Amino acid sequence: MTIPVLEAENVVKELGKGAGKVQALKGVNLSLVKGELTLLMGPSGSGKTTLLSILGCILTPTSGIVRVAGEEVAGKGPEELAELRRKHIGFIFQSYNLFPTLSALENVRIALDVIGRKGYQASSRAEEVLREVGLGNRLRNYPSNLSGGEQQRVAVARAIAASPSVVLADEPTAALDSENGHAVMALLARIAKDQNRSVLAVTHDPRTLGYADRVVRIEDGLIVGEERRPAGLDAPEITDLTKRRKANG
Amino acid sequence: MILTLAFRNLFHDRIRLAVTLVGILFSIVLVAIQLGMYLGSSQMITAMIERSNSDLWITAFGAKSFEEGGMLLSNRERHQALATPGVKAVVPLVVAFAEWRKPEGGSTRVVLVGTDAEDGALEPWSLVSGTWQDIKSPDAISADDTYFKELGIEGIGDTAQIAMGRVKVKALTHRIRSFTQSPYVFTTLSRARSLLGTDSDKATFYLVQLEPGANVEAVRQELRNRLEGAEVLTKAEFEDRSLRQWLFRTGAGLALIGGALLGILVGTVIVAQTLYSSTKDHLNEFATLRALGSSSGYIYKVILAQAGLSAVIGYVLGILISLGILYISRNTPLPLVMTPGLAGALFGLTLFMSAVSAISAIIKVTKIDPATVFSR
Ligand SMILES: Nc1ncnc2c1ncn2[C@@H]1O[C@H](COP(=O)(O)OP(=O)(O)OP(=O)(O)O)[C@@H](O)[C@H]1O
Ligand SMILES: [Mg+2]
Repeated sequence: MTIPVLEAENVVKELGKGAGKVQALKGVNLSLVKGELTLLMGPSGSGKTTLLSILGCILTPTSGIVRVAGEEVAGKGPEELAELRRKHIGFIFQSYNLFPTLSALENVRIALDVIGRKGYQASSRAEEVLREVGLGNRLRNYPSNLSGGEQQRVAVARAIAASPSVVLADEPTAALDSENGHAVMALLARIAKDQNRSVLAVTHDPRTLGYADRVVRIEDGLIVGEERRPAGLDAPEITDLTKRRKANG
Repeated sequence: MILTLAFRNLFHDRIRLAVTLVGILFSIVLVAIQLGMYLGSSQMITAMIERSNSDLWITAFGAKSFEEGGMLLSNRERHQALATPGVKAVVPLVVAFAEWRKPEGGSTRVVLVGTDAEDGALEPWSLVSGTWQDIKSPDAISADDTYFKELGIEGIGDTAQIAMGRVKVKALTHRIRSFTQSPYVFTTLSRARSLLGTDSDKATFYLVQLEPGANVEAVRQELRNRLEGAEVLTKAEFEDRSLRQWLFRTGAGLALIGGALLGILVGTVIVAQTLYSSTKDHLNEFATLRALGSSSGYIYKVILAQAGLSAVIGYVLGILISLGILYISRNTPLPLVMTPGLAGALFGLTLFMSAVSAISAIIKVTKIDPATVFSR
């Protein structure tokens, strides 16, 4: 059994204050290992984004334990959390969140700059990952001159540039058409396999199921089920590990 | 990448950049003008003392400035000074406001400076027409060619009257301007005395030249002990005193410095405002940076770099405009002065102003919640 790179134990998260207080997570257990693309699925308001934020060290849990590469998150301040993020985690957002004033190459370079990788070495690394996502011929384009699918692939390149052990994506295909959505999912699956990373993607989109090694379902702040594709099986078919579910929604 | 991002953010919104630059420009030009006037005034006020070849000045007790030295020193003080060890020479100088009657009628006030150039302590500098020999000829004086209108003359050969006697313009200086707006008129020591109707042994100042290697402070102390009712000042002290009299007793200096401070304040407010609104516009990007794991220091650097870049661009433009104004002012009653020191100080000031302006923007970004990256 591989050692998990990211673990959540009994994580509870309360959001809001006073009368508006909501328990968005009610005791979540989840661990992610390298080499797998995990999908997190659930209805709107079920706590997917909240869980992703906590796993990504952007929010801290109200109670429970989160471990990143074996290190406990509890008690860390904003700067230490930022350090954990830049060391271990790559993010992909629904609306890409690229810097509109920077070219594709620069958008990747700035993520390297943040972790202290500068100069020619950073530049060639940025170029390398952009080629990996199939944008070798779009290096100098600005986000406004890229299609949505291309922008999201720049975001993927940015997320993997610093070789994080975990990539977290919130609805990465929601803003994309079917073809681009498939392309991005295929890319995420490849990143998990070929580069031995752990990738967790929040999604509503049933078309993405075929790319998953594992599907985790969340409802009302609790994990309610988990399905896994048996080893060696390449077809987009998911075997139920906990209870039987219809995979094709 | 910090500079790249700062640069792009800055040039992304050209109108805001223009407003920022105008704010900085406004500040720099205003401060340059005010401080340029201050420096210009200072140089005018101290020029005579500065140009003198002397180590110490003996003045009547309480002399307020070069122009207001009185006529109280006599040969007694001179001999006492000459007898002091370390003193090589003691050169008398006569300086007084006097009435100048224009050839065509009407009068104005001049500052009459009586000096014997041969003594090597003070002489009219920048003579553009005539020589010291010409000034020594009967009734001769030198006037400054930038004051023809005030003096009611047109050049060499014109005659006028100073206090008691007739004078003839025999030499011209160029741009020896006077802060009091009463033009400087040079003549010989004895003619100055007779024009002013004072005794032939009276003087306004004694300029003391020391033996080589003499200790200025020791000689000064000895002179002080020997001379009653007179003060012994170094050049720098007398310059300071003249400056204080003309710039601060009259309030002129305070007005100039106040104007400069106002310029700094207005510029800072404008730059702070534009920087803040720029930061607000780019808040999502700063939140993304934060989510990507940047330290808050990294983000502050981006904002400070934006401020610094605006400062540099604004400074360059501001100095160019200031130099233009300087050039235009060169023949006015108050020519502005720019020195490398002032230019450097202005640059420091611009950077400081931008850094202060960045404070509100930085406070804004410290409140960024990186969790907002998911809710766009
Ligand atoms: N800042 C907040 N203050 C109070 N409640 C919040 C806050 N953010 C989220 N919530 C609540 O927490 C719950 C979980 O929200 P979350 O964003 O994690 O859901 P989600 O599964 O990502 O939904 P969606 O699919 O619509 O993105 C919801 O009930 C939401 O209303
Ligand atoms: Mg969500």
